[in-house]
Amino acid sequence: MRDYNFDVIVLGGGPAGLTAGIYLSRAKVKSVILNEGTVGGQTVLTHEIANYPGIDSVNGFQLARTMKNQAIKFGCEVRGHLKITKVELNGDLKRIEVNNKETYTANAVIIASGGKSRTLNVPGENKFKGMGISYCATCDGDFFTGKDIIVVGGGNSALEEAVALTKYAKSVTIVHQFDNFQAFPHAVKEAQNNDKIKFIMESEITEFIGDEQLEKVKIENQRTKEISEMEIDGVFILIGYVPNTEMFEGIIELNESKEIITDKDLKTNIPGVFAAGDSVQKKYRQITTAVADGTIAALNSIKYINS
Amino acid sequence: MLQTNLTHITSEDQFNEIINNNENVMVCCGRMGPMCVPVYEIMEDLKGEYSNVKFADMEFDIPSAHIIRNLPECRTFTGLPFTVYYKDGKLVKATSSIQDMDQVTSIINNELLNQ
Repeated sequence: MRDYNFDVIVLGGGPAGLTAGIYLSRAKVKSVILNEGTVGGQTVLTHEIANYPGIDSVNGFQLARTMKNQAIKFGCEVRGHLKITKVELNGDLKRIEVNNKETYTANAVIIASGGKSRTLNVPGENKFKGMGISYCATCDGDFFTGKDIIVVGGGNSALEEAVALTKYAKSVTIVHQFDNFQAFPHAVKEAQNNDKIKFIMESEITEFIGDEQLEKVKIENQRTKEISEMEIDGVFILIGYVPNTEMFEGIIELNESKEIITDKDLKTNIPGVFAAGDSVQKKYRQITTAVADGTIAALNSIKYINS
Repeated sequence: MLQTNLTHITSEDQFNEIINNNENVMVCCGRMGPMCVPVYEIMEDLKGEYSNVKFADMEFDIPSAHIIRNLPECRTFTGLPFTVYYKDGKLVKATSSIQDMDQVTSIINNELLNQ
């Protein structure tokens, strides 16, 4: 087991974590960002960002890479695609075990673990990922030109992407578990006014079926419990995000949605442990709010380790 | 040109040269999109660890990329990126859409390095 000691460990490399890294390293605080997935988090999932102040328009990958390079330039270490295997946050010295072979210690930790796409978690979903099932309409829409597809979800992403997919698909059927949409009214109206879009409400996909490629789905009506089969070429699953907080359950105080509870200084219930970004309980999840969180958590963690 | 630190394959000749002159090759064929970028980053991370594997990328939309797009093993693929693994010039594995570190290292270890 190799040991590394830092002043502050940041768990997560999305906008919140990278911003924390920038502020910490600029303040000459020895810091490391440990990230389980791709550095940049969900920002890299965004093709165009047009509402980040000071930048006219940028794609998510470029913005994330710039933030990462800024953090590295100021001296922050950034390590991606790791597996965090153990966290010990109680006590003055926090310990994070990585890949079962490295231990990182620090006096303060900032949790910026973000969120991940919610999956349906039904039979066949993993088997047909990339063989008919997609989580990115912008990436894979053109594979379904002239085909019949389903979009699962009832939020803004689902309805906006359903409309966008009508550029390629012969038909788009929106399958949504409730009898009303969570999306903004204008997004609902645009989808309802599109001749290529049909709706199956109060229903859920319960199984994906096919041989080498997705061929059909089973759909259960939530009210009648009736199950029907539908032949389909592709399914786009756009049902929101869940916070990456499983590893903190029983350690950090979470709410019923598994989001981390913090105070206004982004302190958690454990001294020396702060949280920032999409894994925190809050109303608005934007890159700008994540960046603000990262700043606040970094500055308060510096204050903590110096106290 | 893809914005990665990998070897960029830009022609069929270069593709054939790479798979024929390297024992183990991983090529990720995609765009700078959200499902592709994580795979490129994993490959960049693994470059130092697997010096006996050649890691390369290829733009999905250039004409020469038909050499990957039209492979029989990729005919059912509907998600970017298309990632192909070659051992001694022969295709041993192809995957569609995003893959994580465990999935990629498992294929490299099992299919390329026979560990």
